[in-house]
Amino acid sequence: MTPVPIPAGRVKTLKIDGRDVSGYENQTILEIARENNIHIPTLCNLEGLDDIGACRLCLVEIKGLARLLPACVTRVQEGMEVLTDTERLRRHRRMVIELLLSERNHVCAVCVSNGHCELQSLAQTLGVNHVHVPYRYPRMAVDATHGRFGVDHNRCILCTRCVRVCDQIEGAHTWDVAGRGVEAMIISDLKQDWGASATCTSCGKCVQVCPTGALFVKGKAVGEMTKQREFLPYLTLMREGEK
Amino acid sequence: MTPEELHELAQAHLEADKKLSHCLFVCGAAACLAARSDAVIEAFQAAVKARGLEESVAVKNAGCMGLCALGPLVRVEPAGVLYQQVTPEDAGAILDGLGGPPVERLVCPTDVPFYQRQFNIVLENSGHIDSESLDDYVARGGYAALAKALTAMTPGQVVDEVTTSGLRGRGGGGYRTGLKWSTVAKAPGQKKYVICNADEGDPGAFMDRSVLESDPHRVLEGMAIAAYAVGANEGYIYVRAEYPLAIKRLADAIRKAQRAGVLGNAIMGTTFSFQVDLRLGAGAFVCGEETALISSIEGKRGTPRPRPPYPAEFGLWGRPTLINNVETFANVPAIVRNGGHWFASIGTEKSAGTKVFALAGRVVNTGLIEVPMGITLREIIYDIGGGIPEGRKFKAVQTGGPSGGCIPQQYLDMPVDYESLAQVGSIMGSGGMIVMDETSCMVDVARFFMDFCRTESCGRCVPCRVGTTHMHTLLTRITDGSATLDDLALLEELCEMVKQTSLCGLGQTAPNPVISTLRYFRDEYLAHIVEKRCPAGVCRMTRAPKEVAV
Amino acid sequence: MSDTPRMPARIRMGTIWLEGCSGCHMSFLDMDERLIDLADKIEIVFSPYVDAKAIPDNVDVFLVEGGIGSDHDMEVIREIRRKTRVLVAFGDCAVTANVPSMRNGLDVGAVLRYGYEETGQPIQPQIPTQGIPALLPQVLPVHEVVPVDVYMPGCPPSADLIHFVVGEVLEGRLPGRGVRARFG
Repeated sequence: MTPVPIPAGRVKTLKIDGRDVSGYENQTILEIARENNIHIPTLCNLEGLDDIGACRLCLVEIKGLARLLPACVTRVQEGMEVLTDTERLRRHRRMVIELLLSERNHVCAVCVSNGHCELQSLAQTLGVNHVHVPYRYPRMAVDATHGRFGVDHNRCILCTRCVRVCDQIEGAHTWDVAGRGVEAMIISDLKQDWGASATCTSCGKCVQVCPTGALFVKGKAVGEMTKQREFLPYLTLMREGEK
Repeated sequence: MTPEELHELAQAHLEADKKLSHCLFVCGAAACLAARSDAVIEAFQAAVKARGLEESVAVKNAGCMGLCALGPLVRVEPAGVLYQQVTPEDAGAILDGLGGPPVERLVCPTDVPFYQRQFNIVLENSGHIDSESLDDYVARGGYAALAKALTAMTPGQVVDEVTTSGLRGRGGGGYRTGLKWSTVAKAPGQKKYVICNADEGDPGAFMDRSVLESDPHRVLEGMAIAAYAVGANEGYIYVRAEYPLAIKRLADAIRKAQRAGVLGNAIMGTTFSFQVDLRLGAGAFVCGEETALISSIEGKRGTPRPRPPYPAEFGLWGRPTLINNVETFANVPAIVRNGGHWFASIGTEKSAGTKVFALAGRVVNTGLIEVPMGITLREIIYDIGGGIPEGRKFKAVQTGGPSGGCIPQQYLDMPVDYESLAQVGSIMGSGGMIVMDETSCMVDVARFFMDFCRTESCGRCVPCRVGTTHMHTLLTRITDGSATLDDLALLEELCEMVKQTSLCGLGQTAPNPVISTLRYFRDEYLAHIVEKRCPAGVCRMTRAPKEVAV
Repeated sequence: MSDTPRMPARIRMGTIWLEGCSGCHMSFLDMDERLIDLADKIEIVFSPYVDAKAIPDNVDVFLVEGGIGSDHDMEVIREIRRKTRVLVAFGDCAVTANVPSMRNGLDVGAVLRYGYEETGQPIQPQIPTQGIPALLPQVLPVHEVVPVDVYMPGCPPSADLIHFVVGEVLEGRLPGRGVRARFG
C-alpha cells in the first residue's frame, strides 16, 4: 500500500525522547529519529521498500494517545511528543522477539546467517536471553529446488521483505504469502517449487534483503551468509533521478 | 422512474393488494429454508391453484420473521396470524381455514414479549414483503427516502440529517456515521466510493444475512442515499460467499432496481448516477476489517494495513471511501424518511435507534430480534428470549463475537448501549448474543473464541499471528489440566501485549474473551489450574498430572 | 545488591551436561588461567570434570548444559533443582533446546528407527530399550521443566561470558537481563 502522497513541504517540529527535532510533514517518526541518531528497533522495515507496519517492533508512545503507533508509517505532526524507549515498549519488543523465536525453528548454532542475522542481533540488543512462551516446533520444509538459492521456512519470520522487493523493485512478483495465521507461508508463484518458477529472474534480491537465514545462497556453511543491501537505496535513488 | 412514477407504482400496487382477500407470507430466509420452507411455498402455490384461488390469495416468499428456531414460519394477512413449524402437508388445512378461525395446532402466538418488546426499523419490512419484489418494497415506502434526498435535499442536508440522528456504526466500532459521512464528503477528489460491508463473520451472528435476504432493496437504497451525500457514483457490496441466498437476492435486487431506474444512470430522472456491484469474500474473517476488505476488493490478499490514513481519505484504489455495515445502511432510508430527530428520540442519548441481535445459545427463543438501544440484558434474555431452558441457571451472555466479552449475572440490569457494554469489558459488536448457562465452562468458551481468532488471524503482524496461537496453547493447557499458575501469568501477559500491539482490530480485541472471563470467572480458571477440576464438568482434564510437579 | 543470600567463602558448584554436546564445558575450560583464581573460590562438587556419582545436597550454583531430552534428564534436573540455590541454564541447548530440538517436529519412534535401523548398515538392527533412558517426545529447554535463575545463551557461551556470570554469582548477584549474549 503506497502511503498518501503529501508534497514535502512544511516543516514540523516535535520532541522525540525529550529532544527537540524537526522534519518535513511527509516524513515518518522513524525517519526523523534516524536522522537524529535515535535508535528505534525495526525488522520488517527496510529502506527502499514500502512500509507495512507488521513486525510491531517500532511501536512508540505518543503523549496524549492511548494507542501505540508504528514509527515506520506514522507521519510527524507539529508538537508531537514521542517516546521511543519506555519500559512498556521494551517489554513489548522483547515479547515480539520471543514470539518470533518460538514460532518456527530458529537454531542459530547451525544457521548460515549465524552472526549476521537481524533477529539474532535484535534478541541480543533487546535483552532476550531466553524465550518464556511455549515453543511450537512446527515441521517446516526447505525448498532447495532453485539452482542458486534456497529457502528454509524454519527460519522465516514472514516480514515479507522478499515479497516486497520482488514486487516493488524487481517487478517479478514471484513471492507472495499463502495461508492464514501461523499457517501463513511465503510461496513462489502459485505455491510451486522455486526452481520451477516461471517468473523468478534469479536476481537474488530476495536473498539479500532477508533479515534471517531463511533465504540463502546455496553452498554457504554456518555463519557464512552475509547479505548485501546497499543496492536498494541506490536503486531507489537512481529511479527517482529518472523521473 | 421519476419520483411521481414511483409514487404511482406504490399506489397501484397497494390497490392490487386490496383486491386480494388473503396474503400468505412464507419465510424464505436461510433458517426457514433449511427447514424446507421452499417446499412449503410450493405446496401453498399448488394448493392455491388446485382451489382456483389465484385471484384472491397471494403466496409470497417473504423474509425473516424472527423466531428462527420455530421455522418454517408463515404469516397470514390481513388476519395477522402467524403459524410455526409449517409443513407442506399443512398448506391445505391453512388455506381451507382462511376467513375462519386459525388452525389452532400451528398458531405461533404474537402477543408474547418476543414480538411485543421489539421495535422494528431495520426489520420493518422483514416478513411483510416478498423479498424478491421491488414493487412490494416500493409499496411500503421503499425508495421514497432516496427520492426525497435527490429532489428535496442537498448532499450536505442529507449528511446533517444522519448526523442529527446520532446513528453509529452497526458493524461493531460504533463510530458516528454522520461524522464518517462528512469526512468522506469533505475529502478532496472527484472519484469516491461507497462500500457496504456484508462480510458478517462472527460465530453465531446472522443479522446482516437476514437483512440482505429479507429486504435487499433497503440496503441498496441506503447506499444510494449515502453515495449522493458523499459524492460517490460507484459502490460495492462485499458479501461473503457463504451467503448464497443473500447474494442471489442482492444480484436480483440490483438488476430490478437498475431496470426501474432507482439505481444506475440518471436515477429518478436526476443527474445523479450510482452503480453498485457485488464482490464476494472468500471466507476470511479478517476481510470484515475495512482496510483488509478494501485490499480484497482490489484483488489483493485480504490483510489490514495500519491506519491512519483512514479509508475516508485513502480507501479503495487510493480514493476517499465510505464503508458502512449492512445494518447501518439499512437504517438510513428510515432516517431520511422520518428525520434525524425521530431516530434520535429512539434508544438512549448516546446510542440512538435500535439494534438487531442474533439471539443464540442457552435461551428458549433463539432467533433475530430488533430492540431499542438502552433495553436491559434481562429484558432481552428473559422477556424476549423467554429465559433459560430446562430450568437451568443463567451464567453469562457473550456479546460482540470473538472481539467481545462475557457479561455475568450482576450486570443483567445494565442498559444495552455502546458505552455500558464497553464499561463491563465487552462490546456491542455486530450483534451476536450468545447466552450461556451453568453447563458452560468459561475457560472452554474463551478457548473456543481464541481458536477462532488464531485460525482467522491474517498472519501479517507478529502479536496477533503468534500471540493468539500461544494463548490458545495456554488455554488448552488449562482445560486439559496440565497448566500451572505460571501459565496463567503468561496468558495475562500475552493478553495485554496482543491487545496493545496488534495491527488491526482483530488482534487488538482477540484477548477480550479471555480478559472478560478472567475478570468475572477467575475462580473457574483457578479451579482448573490448582484443583485440576472443571466446575461445569465440560473439560475432561486428561493431562492433569498424577503428582504435582516441582 | 540483589536479595540473593551472600555466598560462603568457597562456593559449592556443580556442572552437568544433559542433552548437549559438551561444548559449553569445553568453553568453561577456555577460561584458561582465570580458572586458577576461580579454584580458590569454587569447590566443584559434581561435574564431568570430577568423579562424583550422585548429585550432592546443598549446592550453591549449578551450571546445566543441554536440554531435557530423556526421562533420566527429567529426573536429574528435578533433583538438581531441589538441591541447588542458583540454577544456571548453561548454553543454548539448556536455554532453547537448540540443536537437539531439531527432532521435535518429528515422531520419536521415527527418529529412533532412522537412527538404529535405517541408516548405515547395521548388523543387528534393533532399537535398544534396556538400561538406557527413554527419549521424551520433545527435547525441552530447562526452564520449561524447572525454574531457572540465570540464562547464559551461546553455542557455546564464550569463556568471557562464563567468567562474567560465575563472577556475578560469586558476588551474590543474579545478572538477569544483564546477560546480553546472542544465541548461537
